[in-house]
Amino acid sequence: MASTLYEKIFKRHVVREDNNTFLIYIDRHLIHEVTSPQAFEGLRNANRPIWRTNSILAVPDHNVPTTDRNQGILDPVSKIQVDTLDSNCNQYKLTQFKMNDRRQGIVHVIGPEQGSTLPGMTIVCGDSHTSTHGAFGSLAMGIGTSEVEHVLATQCLIVRKFKTMQINVEGLAGDNISAKDIALHIIGQIGTAGGNGYAIEFSGTAIKDLSMEGRMTLCNMAIEAGSRAGLVGVDSKTVDYLKGRPFSPNGDLWNKAVDDWRDLVSDRGANFDKVINIDASIIEPQVTWGTSPEMVCGINEAIPNPEQQLKESNKKGYERALEYMGLEQGTNITDIYLDKIFIGSCTNSRIEDLRVAANIVKKRKVAKNIKQALVVPGSGLVKMQAEKEGLDKIFIEAGFEWREPGCSMCLAMNADRLEKQERCASTSNRNFEGRQGQGGRTHLVSPQMAAAAAIHGRFVDVREIE
Amino acid sequence: MLPIIKHEGIVIPLDRSNVDTDAIIPKQFLKSIKKSGFGPNLFDEWRYLDQGEPGKESVVRIINPEFVLNKPQYKNGTILLARENFGCGSSREHAPWALLDFGIRIILAPSFADIFYGNCFKNGILPIPINKNLTDTFFEKAESEEGLRLNIDLENQKIVDGSDGYSFDIDTFKKYCLLEGLDEIDLTLKHKADIKNFENNYHSQFPWLTK
Repeated sequence: MASTLYEKIFKRHVVREDNNTFLIYIDRHLIHEVTSPQAFEGLRNANRPIWRTNSILAVPDHNVPTTDRNQGILDPVSKIQVDTLDSNCNQYKLTQFKMNDRRQGIVHVIGPEQGSTLPGMTIVCGDSHTSTHGAFGSLAMGIGTSEVEHVLATQCLIVRKFKTMQINVEGLAGDNISAKDIALHIIGQIGTAGGNGYAIEFSGTAIKDLSMEGRMTLCNMAIEAGSRAGLVGVDSKTVDYLKGRPFSPNGDLWNKAVDDWRDLVSDRGANFDKVINIDASIIEPQVTWGTSPEMVCGINEAIPNPEQQLKESNKKGYERALEYMGLEQGTNITDIYLDKIFIGSCTNSRIEDLRVAANIVKKRKVAKNIKQALVVPGSGLVKMQAEKEGLDKIFIEAGFEWREPGCSMCLAMNADRLEKQERCASTSNRNFEGRQGQGGRTHLVSPQMAAAAAIHGRFVDVREIE
Repeated sequence: MLPIIKHEGIVIPLDRSNVDTDAIIPKQFLKSIKKSGFGPNLFDEWRYLDQGEPGKESVVRIINPEFVLNKPQYKNGTILLARENFGCGSSREHAPWALLDFGIRIILAPSFADIFYGNCFKNGILPIPINKNLTDTFFEKAESEEGLRLNIDLENQKIVDGSDGYSFDIDTFKKYCLLEGLDEIDLTLKHKADIKNFENNYHSQFPWLTK
């Protein structure tokens, strides 16, 4: 029978089934400092060992400073959390890229970069953006701390099956229309709860056309559509990306693995519970205007009127969002001026993201009204590569700050944040109230759009920049 | 884990949809390495007018009198009522920890985000999806002068409002764990031999996945 990619991966990992509740085996467990300390403590309290230590890759990313690290972490509370990760990794002899390791970075950037993310794997992390890794034809999902402890102790997770959704993106995306625009456009269509209960497989010519970086951006945002897991089938781009990476198999095992991976696509005629078709050619550069990723529109549109919303709860939500954002319905997106620019996060901090942004800012200057423009590479290795290509110089000459890798201003757990009422064009994934700092106002965009906004001090259509 | 069998309590109406986990517990409080003590910072940015920081005592905070949790009639509430897609966003289990620490044991909403929904069950909180009409009815009552007191009967899967009863659906396994207050790790480790067997077969079939 024809199977979907999700069903194929799921089936491989079933240890036992009881009345539609499944115990599934976990191949890779990624760990960061925020959601793991209580799990390790639980393990110690119950005197349980870790089931398979070499399934684990740990890295501090949320709390680390992105400025000079020679002084360590100045915030004592952040420091305790990172130190706790260090001591847990030491105690259990786990592989960790510590803060000053050049391989350190955002957990969802370093996993694929190291070849620690492989097709067909089940991958978990105490972080909702684990969906990112599904770009490699793996089943990757965010879990809570109790589940982190469960996986540490048993190498398994208790789950029910997701329903399956296929989002088929056909046609040719226009110039400077990135995976981020496709993702935001989809969320605008299906809503932030549209994917609840589903694993979403992205397919179609526009997805085939995306690089692995682009596919990671797209799967990263699956959770913003409510779906714990986004997936893309394996093709030659997947295989080429993984070849020769430190954790990737090599020699004979590599050939065996690649043979196996070729089957990690949905079979022709496989049945999905829901199918959504999207035309890539009509997608404009997207900008969110509200406090939920579904509050999004094209760059050449105006902020919608809450009164025209059909659902009563949407009306209220829209009104509240506009009040928080300090915006009015009918305002053109291109009339929104900004205070800060953030290029980074597990959504958009990979080398390709930095290249496209640098290409826009090259030989230009950040506008005078922009108080701060940050570029935070996703990992130490991304940073090194960017520096090798001279991207750091392009950003610095334009007036950007070039930082050390980490989650940074995506969620402002370190010192990088928005002050009250500051407005930011951000390449991150969440525009929730207070996400980038209490009272801060976030607009989600692609790296190219953030770069263009930095130069003009307001949102502009990146396609119109010469 | 605290079991839930029957629960009676006052309903707190939080009339918002898409309440995200950043709103439930803002990121600065995630720096704690403990599971307790998050209650005073539940909904921090809505509940207080000043900026909350870890270690800042709640007695020195400026209360937002407009926010529902600060209204005297809801102070002892243990049942939270909200709109669609409650708990969306990050996977932080600090969100249910904060709700529990505050005293919330039941959440009623038309829908929940997946990760948050699962996290609640691991912490002795019962999230119950209810239909839109019932949500509206409960909001009306909870916001009225008399307020709303509900009885939740997990065993019989019923929400009881005076003489009216409404049944709800729940996964059998989740119900069983919550009724008994069971530790899932203990349950899974009963199948240790199955896991070992599976692992051996699996790794001989996919030998590149052993490292």
